[in-house]
Amino acid sequence: MRVVIDADLCQGQGRCFSIAPSVFGFDELGNGVVLTSGELGESDLELARLAEANCPEHAVGVVE
Amino acid sequence: MTIEKTPVRDFATDFDHTDPAWVADPYPIWEELRERCPVAHTERYGGAWFPATHAGVTQIAKDTENFTSRTVIMNDGRPDELALPSPIGVAPPITSDPPFHQIARKLILPAFSPGAINPLEPQVRALCRSLLERGSGHDVVEASWDYARLIPPSVIRQMLGFPEADTDVFIDIVHTVTESVDLPMDERIAAFEPIEEYFVRQIEDHQANPRDDLTTFLLNAEIDGQKLAVEHVFGTMILILVAGIDTTWSAIGSSLWHLAQNPSDLERLVNEPDLMPVAIEEFLRFYAPVTMARLVKHDMEYLGVPMKEYDWILLGFPAANRDPAAFVDADRFIIDRAENRHVAFGLGIHRCAGSNLARLELRVALEEFIARYPRFSLADPDQVTWSQGQIRGPRRLPIRVG
Ligand code: HEM
Ligand code: SF4
Repeated sequence: MRVVIDADLCQGQGRCFSIAPSVFGFDELGNGVVLTSGELGESDLELARLAEANCPEHAVGVVE
Repeated sequence: MTIEKTPVRDFATDFDHTDPAWVADPYPIWEELRERCPVAHTERYGGAWFPATHAGVTQIAKDTENFTSRTVIMNDGRPDELALPSPIGVAPPITSDPPFHQIARKLILPAFSPGAINPLEPQVRALCRSLLERGSGHDVVEASWDYARLIPPSVIRQMLGFPEADTDVFIDIVHTVTESVDLPMDERIAAFEPIEEYFVRQIEDHQANPRDDLTTFLLNAEIDGQKLAVEHVFGTMILILVAGIDTTWSAIGSSLWHLAQNPSDLERLVNEPDLMPVAIEEFLRFYAPVTMARLVKHDMEYLGVPMKEYDWILLGFPAANRDPAAFVDADRFIIDRAENRHVAFGLGIHRCAGSNLARLELRVALEEFIARYPRFSLADPDQVTWSQGQIRGPRRLPIRVG
């Protein structure tokens, strides 16, 4: 499983990188960025799912 | 000046967000509207609509084709007279529409990104501690007027790089501005005079002595190789005051009001400091302080109602946050709510640019209050007063700490 941020939807609400700092960071405008490119470990996967459920813009996606 | 208004009898057909019933407790009103309408109407303010659902608020917040942000405070003035025309508006980017909006917003975002805001934490903490120190020896402290109210303007004064000695003056002039936003235009212009003078002096000083602060940042900012017009710099400074002060004051105040009445939540925060970030999001959902406005761009049928050009939309992010269609147990405050897609900071392109700063101030203000007073309660519920208008929060909040 991998996690993605849809940059067209992200408005920098900042929920992802505070919930899962090991998975997400931010750019200089404060928009979310995914830190890892590979497969997520179990605990990161759980955090990524939590971020997905909290992003008000529905910009975070956990995909196969 | 206060105008006597007729009390509202039916919020579905004649709503008014300044009505005493709405000011005292809007939540049952919204619940009823959600079931009955769900888009309420009023002839007041020259005609306005209020969508009470999460879906309605979301759709309008994201729709910049059919709605303009040219003015975001609903009032009696006619939109034609209200401000600079779209897309810039009087206070970019909040009053700007695309495509200009994105330009004005990108300009300020770096100054409010987590990278720029996180380092302010020690300053904010020191400020909160010194404010709390002033209450020492008292059994009852004024947690809104003497604490929550003073935090955001002091932080913004620091960020703008204005002299520390001006703190009290600055707080006073900021008050005149934030209290005048829903006055008629001529009175508003008069109320803005002191701040205009103060800002012009500060801008001149920063032009002569550039330094590492937000004022210098704005003066150096460029669009297409051109420095910003002075009105743009001024407008953005005013926006930061209007958008960043009563809002955060209200969020801190409402959270303390909640904790003063819910000892089990207070106890959990005292015992489990790691819960704070999650709790902050629930405070923001449950007591979302900010309602915005839009203007309808043209006659149309929308959300099942006949909207007319220049009708207002009262955009109730706080109402969206209480919609049971979007949140499990929407009307319950759940301090460790894990899934919380709240919209207290808005949605779409106008998402609160100051949200990282607001969260920092809210978190540190609560952490420090709790560290100093691990147990507290309302001193007298009858003395608590709430603001009237689009920003909701307690204005007087006597709290028993001893
Ligand atoms: C808890 C405190 C706060 C809340 C709940 C809040 C809420 C909001 C909301 C709902 C919007 C969206 C406006 C719209 O859709 O028309 C907004 C925009 C904005 N806020 Fe905040 N705000 C808070 C604190 C702050 C602070 C501390 C600052 C800066 C110092 C700030 C600066 C702004 C700016 C610049 C915008 C306009 C963004 C744009 O139009 O692109 N806010 N805020
Ligand atoms: S929570 Fe959503 S909107 Fe916010 S930064 Fe992350 S992806 Fe972007």
